[in-house]
Amino acid sequence: MITRAANPYGFSRPHLLGIEGLSPPEIVDLLDRAEDNIELGRQPSKKRDSLLGRTQINLFFENSTRTQSSFELAGKRLGADVMNMAVGQSSVKKGETLIDTAVTLNAMNPDVIVVRHNASGAVALLAQKVDCSVVNAGDGSHEHPTQALLDALTIRRHKSRIDGLVVAICGDVAHSRVARSNVLLLTALGARVRLVGPSTLVPGAFRDMGLETFTSMRDGLRDADIVMMLRLQRERMQGSFVPSVREYFHYWGLDEEKLAYAKPDALVMHPGPMNRGVEIDPAVADGPQSLIREQVEMGVAIRMAVLDAVVNARGNGGEAAP
Amino acid sequence: MSRLAQTHPVWLTNARVVDPSQGLDGPGAVLMVDGRIVAAGPSAANNGAPEGTETVDCRGLVVAPGLVDLCAHVGEPGHEHRETFASAGRAAAAGGITTLVAMPDTDPCIDDPALVDFVSTRARRTSAVRVRVMAALTKGQEGLELTEFGLLGEAGAVGFTSGRGSIASAQVLRRALTYAKDFGALVCNRPEDATLKGSGVMNLSETAARLGLTGVPAEAETTVLARDLRLARLAGGRYHASLLSAAEAPDLMAWAKDQGIAATASVSAAHLTLNEMDIGAYRTFFKLSPPLRSDADRRTLVDGVKTGAIDVIVSGHDPQDVETKRLPFAEAADGAIGLETFLAAGLRLVHDGSLTLMRLIEAMATRPAEIARLDAGTLKAGAAADVVVFDPEEPWVLNARDILSKAKNTPYDGARFTGRVRQTYVGGALVFGR
Repeated sequence: MITRAANPYGFSRPHLLGIEGLSPPEIVDLLDRAEDNIELGRQPSKKRDSLLGRTQINLFFENSTRTQSSFELAGKRLGADVMNMAVGQSSVKKGETLIDTAVTLNAMNPDVIVVRHNASGAVALLAQKVDCSVVNAGDGSHEHPTQALLDALTIRRHKSRIDGLVVAICGDVAHSRVARSNVLLLTALGARVRLVGPSTLVPGAFRDMGLETFTSMRDGLRDADIVMMLRLQRERMQGSFVPSVREYFHYWGLDEEKLAYAKPDALVMHPGPMNRGVEIDPAVADGPQSLIREQVEMGVAIRMAVLDAVVNARGNGGEAAP
Repeated sequence: MSRLAQTHPVWLTNARVVDPSQGLDGPGAVLMVDGRIVAAGPSAANNGAPEGTETVDCRGLVVAPGLVDLCAHVGEPGHEHRETFASAGRAAAAGGITTLVAMPDTDPCIDDPALVDFVSTRARRTSAVRVRVMAALTKGQEGLELTEFGLLGEAGAVGFTSGRGSIASAQVLRRALTYAKDFGALVCNRPEDATLKGSGVMNLSETAARLGLTGVPAEAETTVLARDLRLARLAGGRYHASLLSAAEAPDLMAWAKDQGIAATASVSAAHLTLNEMDIGAYRTFFKLSPPLRSDADRRTLVDGVKTGAIDVIVSGHDPQDVETKRLPFAEAADGAIGLETFLAAGLRLVHDGSLTLMRLIEAMATRPAEIARLDAGTLKAGAAADVVVFDPEEPWVLNARDILSKAKNTPYDGARFTGRVRQTYVGGALVFGR
């Protein structure tokens, strides 16, 4: 049930591989389409039939509980048949290459493959080898477009706009695909994005990209509308990138004191899963300014919009559009 | 000796006042009140002095900022039989040193904020001179994981060092320099390639061949120094090369400074005044790390100090006992004490015309204080009244029996010096006088 009038500048691509290259109207179109799904998700009966009879394969080369369930639920609510490939137990472990896996899956005639891979660029490579739609559910430290879209949707619903907002993205920017997709999306829609963290995690190259970087939370959070915290991987917090959890939390963990540097009505976000006591204080994570739980709800709505859009962009014939 | 004693105003008059921080070198006076410098220089006598001021006639003597030693090993905690803060403090005061920066190579090593706090407190209670702490650059000094530069700095660490060791991994040093930048922290590395050093125990040279000792090539130092300077350029942090020994090192430092790299370097007084020939018949008190090198190396290092390619002179004080030194040369521990002879050794370079007195005091007081960001190394009004008074011409001979350090491993036993410390003031209080 699509109630919205077709938008001539809207999103009509067969794949969603990243935010890079999307025009602002395309992004806004996806956000608008997701709005419809939020209401649907709150009804007792949550089903639509726009992907009825279609096959969706979730191909996750990296473990993920949250993103994978979110895509699974999104596909099912659209009526698709969803298959989860737990790659840890598959032939990939036996030495099959990414391309072999793609070709094999392609032979099963799926309509959309949702891929997460630990190597940057792997999802785009796979998309070249299959005849169906491909959605990037995270590739290495490159992009995680649906996360950025759901973050934008969450922000827009609370601030009624994105243009002109000051967004501080804090923590392990260097290794974060969430940060890259958010930088691209939020700046495309007119937000002022700052990156905050130790220089080991916020390399100077981001400054060369024209972004404001800060090593101190006090400076980086000043007058921010949105404070977006990133997860710090355990292996990076024991002396290689930062010396210890206690030092990281002391200087870069978001607690009430540091949050007070931001605007009084600033909102706190985190892509999850959180390390309470590492990058975020439990009092802030579960506090009144936190949008963290709502982000999860928006995730399903956004992924429904994306799956629907890419599959239907290929037309109804089942043949691949160019 | 404790500094807690009440101080009264002191007026050092008729002196030659040397203060590189103000470009001062000439007749004048220094007035110290309530632990601070009130005035220094030719006009310091103009406004008189408060009642109760002790006037010290310094005719023929030099008054200069107390020396700041960026590299001294003390045995506390763990090796108190070699040196304590009390004994090191006495020796430092006798050598004209008013601030001593203690190395973290203790047992346990100083890699935790609580240890910085403990050592600082202990030193404050027992040492005659100020003691600051340089913390370990990596946890357990293993060269793998960074220590908590932020929290350690808040606890009082003035920098982070590889200590006696060297950081082998370029990636670890790169990360350290990158992370240090966020705190403005100083990262010190001893440039030395452990694989090139191998089992070497002295300079690789004809002397080593003759003595049948394994040599350490200068390249063990210069390859790592060249690497470190490029890592400093890449990461942008403040880098300090500790204890240089090779002739090529000043050139590398000059290159780095030319490039605008935030790099500084130190050399020990021993490396500026001794050479490998002093080893003679396997004298282990001359076994140092890095090793004493040829006299050509030594002269180039002196020239490096003169031009500023090498910023500071340190004591490199490293107390060792009979147990670790009275051994065959190759088996003996490295290191020599150097606190008490610090100024006297430095003055040799002034008397032989290599350095001006101004440059010597700058390299021993003003520059090290700047590098470690200490309130020291200057006689500017308002600065802490840390002052050394010395007779630049007094001849004397060092007798190991008179040494105040607990450890007696001096390479200068029986050596003749010209120039001797007369008084040392810390915070306006006399902590040494003869």
